[in-house]
Amino acid sequence: MTASVLRFESVTYRYPHAELPALRDVCVDIAPGEFVVAAGLSASGKSTFLRAASGLVPHFHGGEFGGRVLTGGLDTRDHGPAALSAVAGTLFQDPETQVVLSTVRAELALPLENRGHGPAAVARGVEEAALALGIGELLDRCTHELSGGELQRVGLGAALAGRPRILLLDEPTSQLDPVAGDELVWLLRRLNEEWGTSIVLVEHRLERCLGAADRVLAFDAGALACDAPPRGFLEWAAERAPALATPGARLFARAGLRPPPSGVKQARATLRAHGLLAEEAGEVPAASADTAGVRPRPPRRGLSALARRGPAKTPPALAFRNLWHERSGGRAVLRGIDLALAPGERVALMGRNGAGKSTLLRHANGLLEPTRGRVEATGRVALLLQNPNDYFLADRVSGELDPVALEAAGLAELADRHPRDLSGGERQRLALAIVSGGDVEPPAAVCLDEPTRGMDRAAKGDLASRLRAAAAAGSAVLVATHDPEFAATLAERVVLLADGRVIADGPVAEVLSGGWYFATETARIVDGALLPEDGAELLRARMTIEAPP
Amino acid sequence: MIRRAASPLHAARAPVAAAYACAFVTAALAFEHPLVLAAIGVAILAAGLLAGAGPQLRRACLFGVPFALLIALVNPLVAREGLDVVLRFGDMGPLGNLDVTKQSLVFGAILGMRALLVVLAGAALLAAIVDADELLRRFRGISARSALTAALAVRLVPVLGRDARRLADARRCCPGAAGAGAIGSLERLQIVRAVATGALDRALDVAATLEVRGYASPAAHGRARRPHEPWSRHDISVAAAAAGLVLLAGGARLLGVASFEAYPRTVAPVGAGEWVLCAALVLVALAPFADRRGVLR
Repeated sequence: MTASVLRFESVTYRYPHAELPALRDVCVDIAPGEFVVAAGLSASGKSTFLRAASGLVPHFHGGEFGGRVLTGGLDTRDHGPAALSAVAGTLFQDPETQVVLSTVRAELALPLENRGHGPAAVARGVEEAALALGIGELLDRCTHELSGGELQRVGLGAALAGRPRILLLDEPTSQLDPVAGDELVWLLRRLNEEWGTSIVLVEHRLERCLGAADRVLAFDAGALACDAPPRGFLEWAAERAPALATPGARLFARAGLRPPPSGVKQARATLRAHGLLAEEAGEVPAASADTAGVRPRPPRRGLSALARRGPAKTPPALAFRNLWHERSGGRAVLRGIDLALAPGERVALMGRNGAGKSTLLRHANGLLEPTRGRVEATGRVALLLQNPNDYFLADRVSGELDPVALEAAGLAELADRHPRDLSGGERQRLALAIVSGGDVEPPAAVCLDEPTRGMDRAAKGDLASRLRAAAAAGSAVLVATHDPEFAATLAERVVLLADGRVIADGPVAEVLSGGWYFATETARIVDGALLPEDGAELLRARMTIEAPP
Repeated sequence: MIRRAASPLHAARAPVAAAYACAFVTAALAFEHPLVLAAIGVAILAAGLLAGAGPQLRRACLFGVPFALLIALVNPLVAREGLDVVLRFGDMGPLGNLDVTKQSLVFGAILGMRALLVVLAGAALLAAIVDADELLRRFRGISARSALTAALAVRLVPVLGRDARRLADARRCCPGAAGAGAIGSLERLQIVRAVATGALDRALDVAATLEVRGYASPAAHGRARRPHEPWSRHDISVAAAAAGLVLLAGGARLLGVASFEAYPRTVAPVGAGEWVLCAALVLVALAPFADRRGVLR
């Protein structure tokens, strides 16, 4: 029998002053070389599970701890996080606090030096970690100059540098674009396969990582609710925790297909076996969409869309006219952006890390001055930046908003709580209500920068509903996001930025289907559909056509 | 924060570069003679510019010059010495009889100048030429706990700075703020309070990261002492310059060169000794820059 690399024996843990335990009687055994995904809604105990594995619980956080955790064979009651770091590399959520030194090279060298490696081994380890993560060009950069995505990769490099036996990662893709996020997951799989490194990955966007996983642990209120291979987990989720089901699994469930797929490849293989893939059934994907009644919306691009609406030309709620933004060093972040949003229009802004999305949003409400060009708006532009905590200055929720606005935001019952004690979704809702201002007149435009980071599906659904309501009230909605599923749920139009330029601008059905990265999981499985509901309808239609008379 | 440049100061090891910056501070604190302080100021600025630290010195001046002016203005109001009265305010109640003298004005200017030199050398030049990571790594072998505290503080400065900028941006996004309009004093205070109250949480997060990187492991402390590294020519020349500055300052004080009396009358003799001392300070300070071979490490 192989000795486990991580073992939880009836672990129960309660944070200091907390009423309920964060972990309840958790028993887990992870073998060397396993790739494990930890799933669950917000505050279900996933992050605490990682902190217990790394020894921070209970050594760093205190609280009441029962049971036993063995990490790399070391009992965490006897060995603190520093000793456990020799066998476990750890990366937490907030990239800002995941680096501790001032240069990237020093950051990657730190864990190796702490383990007592000599200069040659440290230098080799730094180079290897940098090569593995593609951050060689960052080695001599100062850490305070790096973007969130770059910081996240540097933090991961530091966790990897000592070639630990197990990697404990808490949402390492939250700041990465879809391409970089997918690449990171496959890099982890490669490390797992080539070096036998065990991986425990906490992730909300399960569709991104289930295909690489060997096993899924699902947490519910601190207890381990499911421990199964990906397909077994998806079957469990379909019955017991629909909020955790991936889009692919929901697509199959709605279409009445089995087994639920853990990734696009499996899903397409199943569809192929049933003769339901459009290209293999001899259908042209666009036509198949029409057949199923999922008609692509007519293309609409910027102001031309407004012009097509007829003689009563509505001025755009928000427009960027030949907008350029150049940094003091001369690098152009935005290059001649021309973009207009009609009142009530819902637009998703997508693109790689560093494409210029956040900079464009900061121009929308005047936080930045254009180098050239201009921004026009018919009224106030509400901008919600990436971290909702930045909007909270009062000690109570009631100090941030008047009672009427709190009631409208559905937060009246939380008025006496501290804003930072709210859940992620509630904080986002409060921050959105603050920037919207509870005005009699809704803002001309509501802009949000990466609002779904770290949110579970229920919170994302709530946010999408509120943004649709804002659009229905006449505000244009512009959301910068790396989450194609959220973009497909919310937006009617998608603008794709690359290197400061608009490279695609069209209806959501056109931009988010048929691609590899900027596409929903459903679109990658079934051509002609973006969301599981549409995809299931399409598949049922194909099944009907193929059924013998 | 250090931004590596091709200079002998950056090529020298961190403790040596730190000693060089501290030697300027020592020299500035050793003298009150305005001519010598001016020479030290010239040496600091020249060394900073030659090391590519001009922007950091300029930024330090934005804070240091108002600070120096404040000291220069306060001294005449609190000093009750000097013979030549230039302004009579008479009886100022609890402050007593307030007369401003020429001597207190001059000495106030000298104190302000010293403060400015300390800021430029001890903060701006030090931060620009010393690799804090390397310094902390070497320091860990001596005192692990102090090094941990210093590492936390060093990392927290940029983290809290970013927090403050994000909070300010968020304030500007709130209704009532006119887009990129300036935020008011009350909101600034609220931001400072929010950053200060969040500092403990941020410190805990950074400390947790240090923990899981193995900073507190016993092996880390034992290995912090690196194998012997031979001294480079830049280590030697910069260390010699630092020692030279301290020796010049100490020697001049012992020999009574550049003596200064502020009260009751300002006495600041300017003779050959003072001029030689000024020239020597500048030459010794800039001597490492004569050899720029192999300055890129």
